[in-house]
Amino acid sequence: MRRLLKGGRVVDPANGRDGSFDILIDGERIARVGKDLPADGAQVIEVPANFVVTPGLFDMHVHLREPGQEHKETVATGTASAVAGGFTAVACMPNTSPINDNAGVTEFILQKAAHANLARVYPIGAVTKGSKGEQLSDIAELRAAGCVAITDDGWPVRTALMMRRALEYASMFKMPVLEHCEDPSLKGEGVANEGYHASVLGLRGIPGVAESIMAQRDIALAEMTGGTVHICHMSAATSLRAVREGKQHGARVTCEVAPHHFTLTDESLATPVSYDTNMKMNPPLRTASDRDEMLKGIADGSVDVIATDHAPHHYDEKKMEFDLAPFGIVGLETCVSICFARLIQPGVITLTRMIELLSTNPARILNVPAGTLSEGALADISVLAPDLQVTVDPSRFKSKARNTPFGGWQLKGGVAATIVGGRTVYVNDHASGAERFCP
Amino acid sequence: MTMPQVAPISKLKHKDLLGISDLTPDEILLILDTAEAMREIGERPIKKVPALRGKTIVNLFFEASTRTRTSFEIAEKRLSADTLNIAAQTSSLVKGETLVDTALNLEAMAPDMIVLRHAYSGACHLLSRICQAGIINAGDGMHEHPTQALLDAFTIREHKKRIAGLKVAIVGDLLHSRVLRSNVQLLTKLGADVWVSGPPTLMPPGIERQGVRRTTSVDEAIEGADVVMLLRVQLERMQGAFFPSLREYFNVFGMTRERLRRAKSDVIIMHPGPMNRGVEIDSDVADGPDSVILEQVANGVAVRMAVLYLLAGGAEHETAA
Repeated sequence: MRRLLKGGRVVDPANGRDGSFDILIDGERIARVGKDLPADGAQVIEVPANFVVTPGLFDMHVHLREPGQEHKETVATGTASAVAGGFTAVACMPNTSPINDNAGVTEFILQKAAHANLARVYPIGAVTKGSKGEQLSDIAELRAAGCVAITDDGWPVRTALMMRRALEYASMFKMPVLEHCEDPSLKGEGVANEGYHASVLGLRGIPGVAESIMAQRDIALAEMTGGTVHICHMSAATSLRAVREGKQHGARVTCEVAPHHFTLTDESLATPVSYDTNMKMNPPLRTASDRDEMLKGIADGSVDVIATDHAPHHYDEKKMEFDLAPFGIVGLETCVSICFARLIQPGVITLTRMIELLSTNPARILNVPAGTLSEGALADISVLAPDLQVTVDPSRFKSKARNTPFGGWQLKGGVAATIVGGRTVYVNDHASGAERFCP
Repeated sequence: MTMPQVAPISKLKHKDLLGISDLTPDEILLILDTAEAMREIGERPIKKVPALRGKTIVNLFFEASTRTRTSFEIAEKRLSADTLNIAAQTSSLVKGETLVDTALNLEAMAPDMIVLRHAYSGACHLLSRICQAGIINAGDGMHEHPTQALLDAFTIREHKKRIAGLKVAIVGDLLHSRVLRSNVQLLTKLGADVWVSGPPTLMPPGIERQGVRRTTSVDEAIEGADVVMLLRVQLERMQGAFFPSLREYFNVFGMTRERLRRAKSDVIIMHPGPMNRGVEIDSDVADGPDSVILEQVANGVAVRMAVLYLLAGGAEHETAA
């Protein structure tokens, strides 16, 4: 089956494109990209001029919760959430139950993903068995089963020695080690950013340095070993400083920032004082100066990736005392709107840069076939509607979970349609013109 | 002698008392004025008035408490409320029932007020969102203990006839103290000059942004002080090695008669209890002539009567004052 996307603003950083182009899809791949392509028997989709056509967005940090925590999310609901958020692919974290530290779990996840047949799923394996930090997982086996990287996300790799070995060993497969940077002793029992607001609320604090001290360790080890480290969900200005320095010295280090960390601050906990557990995530919402520093890093290129750290939880689990509620918020279905509202409309970055952060760069870092609208590439395409008025309504989320701090927010910019392997997998009823993408 | 500051209002427009942070200075003064009238009831041969007759009040205590729970219960009984006590494990999870479910079950029996003591900050806010019943915070984690701060203010006002302009030094484990947080809110709202002192490891980050002076020199804090308030060193929380030893703590921060000479000659000594004698306070000071520690306990009943009356009965009655 051949489909021709005619017109629309095509933004494809990998090919240096930003302008009106046609895209001819043949089967699951892109056959041609150019001006005024002939229909030649293909189904023609007239793309509204105010829509933006981009390489499929790729969220390299999500928790799909399956196997083991299906009450929070499943691969099917998580990928439905992904495509509704404009993501054609996600990389899923191994902190499932059991942990994804062997080929059996990886294959199970991939089977569930194939069955759901929505977004592509790239599993990430555990660095160590059970993510306990004691013994390396069978990384070659994980690689062969389909894992694209390793991480003990949820926990840091406990010792410097284990991190060193992981970086060295994974480098033979050209796999990055993704690190949840957090010094456990400095984190302690903390539940919010250490500072004035946590102090007034009587909440135990987690200082930003708990993150950056581990980032510094890992960057030093990456430099020493030549391995590749990727800093997950960076939140502290001091971590960004460490990343910048590491890059200057030639360390193979990349980093990601989540939308809530470049949007919200710990002041959200106190205005009003409500102990809203949807403001509880790890790392926590930081200070305004940390948030502003994340925006600077996004603008100047020191931040490589925007990833959501989509962390679904059941409402029972969040309807708890602040200390007892689990960390984390969902992010897949609000990410694009937040990026438009906080990055594009205020002029922090260009659309090209936004697509680099959400597609080109994560695809490059994890070395997966995504992030480009080149001829011959997989026809994974996101269609965005920068003018769409969006009211965040958690009750309409495709995710099983509703734990977002953005409920009720009115934002400009959203998703019109999502195409995976040439097939339309999501159409937004609220975006006029999007119905043209219906299969 | 100067007259106390008196409230120009006669009603509280709140369903709950979650913290001093929700109160205006006038509302604080109203509670203190009402407590003056309530105290008189406790001095009668028959210590009971019908103000809260027919009201049901649940004292829900998830943390050990003698003083506060007893004080609330006496206050409720003096106002003729029907009162019951539920003492649960520290964490509701121990019983397998969540705090929310416990509260919803109580709520189904239509109490008028729930007095909640809980180990976690914000627990009262959680209950407030799901309950029709008014919630009174009897201490939530490290967050607030509003009735303690109110009874402290009542005691200070009784002795000093004012709060504005007094130098109040608060010394001890500031980090883990809900009493500190409520007192800082209240005393700064009423214009006191508040100094806090303790080891740097036990200073809440950013506390100076709340309008208090912080110093690690206890001598500087109590220099010329009208009020010295000692906070309990929470021995159960000290495994984290916040300071080297109790002996060293006493040497550096312990309140002794000798050290107190720096304070004003009519200084009053306060402590929310329970005290660690020989740690934050020397027995000579605790039992000495400047100590008002047991007056604080006595005043607690009147202040809690005032709070209960203003929240549960105030809408239907003229104020007792």
